[in-house]
Amino acid sequence: MAVRTLKRSRIKDAKGTTIELILLLCAVSAVAAIFLIIWFIFSEGLPFVLEAGPQFLTSSIWLPTDSFSDGSWGIFPILVGSLIVTFGAIGIGTPLGVACAVFLAEIAPPAVRRVLVPSINALAGVPSVVYGFFGLVVIVPWIRGQFGGFGTSVFASWVILSIMILPTIISISTDSIRAVPREYKEGSLAMGATQWQTIRSVMIPAASSGIIASVILGMGRAIGETMAVLMVAGNAVSIPNSIFAPVSTLTAQIALEMGYAAGAHRQALFAMGMVLFVVIMILTGLANLASRRRVT
Amino acid sequence: MDDNVEISVKNLSLWFGKFQALKNISIAIPKNEVTALIGPSGCGKSTFIKTLDRMNDLVDNVRITGEVIYKGRNILDDDTDVVQLRKEIGMVFQKPNPFPKSIYDNVAYGPRVHGIKDRKALNDIVEGSLRKAALWDEVSDRLNESALRLSGGQQQRLCIARLLAVEPNVLLMDEPASALDPIATSKIEDLLYELKREYTIIIVTHNMQQAARVATHTAFFLLGELIEYASTIDLFERPRDKRTEDYVTGKFG
Amino acid sequence: MPVKRREMVPLALLWASGIATLFILIVILAFILANGLPLVNWNFLTAEPSVWGQTGGGIYSTIVATLAVTGVSLAVAGPISVGGAIYLNEYTKENFLRRIIRQAAEILAGIPSIVVGLFGFLFFVIYLAPYTGGWSVLSGGLTLAFMVLPISLRTSEEALKTVPAELREGSLGLGATKWQAITTVVVPTALPGIVTGLILGLGRAIGETAAILLTAGGALNLINSLYDPGRPMTLHLYDVLTEYRDTSTAYGTAAVLIIAILAITFITDWLMNRYTNKLKGL
Repeated sequence: MAVRTLKRSRIKDAKGTTIELILLLCAVSAVAAIFLIIWFIFSEGLPFVLEAGPQFLTSSIWLPTDSFSDGSWGIFPILVGSLIVTFGAIGIGTPLGVACAVFLAEIAPPAVRRVLVPSINALAGVPSVVYGFFGLVVIVPWIRGQFGGFGTSVFASWVILSIMILPTIISISTDSIRAVPREYKEGSLAMGATQWQTIRSVMIPAASSGIIASVILGMGRAIGETMAVLMVAGNAVSIPNSIFAPVSTLTAQIALEMGYAAGAHRQALFAMGMVLFVVIMILTGLANLASRRRVT
Repeated sequence: MDDNVEISVKNLSLWFGKFQALKNISIAIPKNEVTALIGPSGCGKSTFIKTLDRMNDLVDNVRITGEVIYKGRNILDDDTDVVQLRKEIGMVFQKPNPFPKSIYDNVAYGPRVHGIKDRKALNDIVEGSLRKAALWDEVSDRLNESALRLSGGQQQRLCIARLLAVEPNVLLMDEPASALDPIATSKIEDLLYELKREYTIIIVTHNMQQAARVATHTAFFLLGELIEYASTIDLFERPRDKRTEDYVTGKFG
Repeated sequence: MPVKRREMVPLALLWASGIATLFILIVILAFILANGLPLVNWNFLTAEPSVWGQTGGGIYSTIVATLAVTGVSLAVAGPISVGGAIYLNEYTKENFLRRIIRQAAEILAGIPSIVVGLFGFLFFVIYLAPYTGGWSVLSGGLTLAFMVLPISLRTSEEALKTVPAELREGSLGLGATKWQAITTVVVPTALPGIVTGLILGLGRAIGETAAILLTAGGALNLINSLYDPGRPMTLHLYDVLTEYRDTSTAYGTAAVLIIAILAITFITDWLMNRYTNKLKGL
């Protein structure tokens, strides 16, 4: 007698099969979308990088023109600008975000949580151009008044970006703290540890992988942010000598120059987009590695 | 085949991956009677009844050998119309699972998916099914309320009504009263007594008193094997197998 | 539980961080609404923007452009994401394909909007120009669809995942086909969650600027068709600030955007509560 595998009925069901196929195409479209984006960005950017060579990343002189031979194509200061802006924002945003996540997961009474959770969602939903606007009319004049200079600066970007990455850090960290098995906490409290001791020595270490992942994803958000940075950073292509000096980033420079770029210049901007894409892929990979390594 | 047999199972074995959950089961289920399947948890009785309406299809890595003959055909064959089969052999689950819809829409669900649209016909089916499930008097004035607001016992009777609405021949019941209180349980048992006039009923239970009260035949399962199958009176009072005797006298289980 | 003195400082700091987060949101919202709401009246919403170089005027054509790009993105990404989520949750087990697609959605969601904009520029504005009209609200909307898709896909999948397996069994057990079980029980039960995903995608589309900057064209005229270039509200806010220094129109536009985002936040919050209650039978 034949052994049967009852995976699904093999009765002919043309309608069911058609539906399943259409749904499969929908699901696969997410993968197709990524390949489409990679294909178009790289087809324009990669030939440029190959022609420009390592100078593209190491040279400090950015003088774009329509033809490759006339221009100078060093994005080093822009790359450094992106990194300065990103790490500063992470430096400010991480302590506040993680503390807020601990508060939300462990301390906040339900009524407070009922208010705070939608507030954080609203913070995530505020358009980046509105953050930029707020930065431009509030933060920038304040910096100009307190510290001199134009106000549009590294520091202004730090302030605005650190606010913008809060929702990412808070929501992912909160989830990972909530996911810590209750027995850990009960075990600690049962041994006479106080609430803060439990949070510090049990909950945070147990959730550390998720917290690290949240910070890495926040980093991705910061380095990819365009409009707000464009509006408050000052966009000067030189390595800033103080935190109150203007700075430019990959994203802002692309947004600023795409409007009139042509020929080699446009290719160079796509090459910058390619660099951004690669950085984001690396960060996403790191975040995945971090969150996969669960404490057992 | 004997006219009084509804379902005839021959040499049925079933594996989940490498684990053999059913070992060479052969049993004839009598028509218009209540047959109880008893045995300790994990003995394969739930797996067995799920095989009868091919609900095991939903699980990965299932392998199966043997025959389940219903209406002269082996329902395990590849060309079985599973949708039609499940219409004729319906299942009531351990935990009541009404849809998050109104009471009316729950009962009308089956007829609707089978193409009945006429409001009058649906009304008749809903009322008839709820009456048969002894629920009509309790819900007739609130058919549009969410089914999830009913008590557990009412939800389970609603699930039975929902099943009767598609006019099945066989009712499979997987511990239908295990989540209910004693009063709700006795209502379900009374209902079974009424229903067996029209339907063949197979009920899985680990409550031996329940089996004794409702079933004419009882089968005792242990570790995937069918140990003993007899009339309920014989099985409880004159068990032939030592293991059956130990179980029904409460030595283990 | 009595709090020891040593504990008070760290616990107070945690409370402070929660309050600070709330405070930041309130300051930003209050500042923009206080300055912007007085400017928002019927005329502001329904009048055409003033001509080049002058301040004042309404934002009607930018609202229309926002609705157009948002509508296009949802019309494309909505069905695809919900269909994809149904496939992942109802037709596949936890397997390779599912992991790949979930990973892809995650990556897609993380791609900076300016990079998606570069792609949209090359693909929709240049490459598909005969079909999209080049710089147009259609190109902008199609580009945004790439950003809406992963948000809606993930939220829908989560919503479908919470539908109890017993409901599927119940439906199949009554002789429903798989597709009938999905359309009559699974999707209706998960609907609040699915709608939440679509609304979150809508929020993303309304607020997006960088990708729009490179694809929608930015023309201030009222669009006649999807093939016309247009300037959605976010882009308008950026332009009036940087081109004309027209702070008052910027405040008004920002206030309208904020109200849209707040409405979306409240609606999704309400829907998710409703969803939880629905499964409890309330």
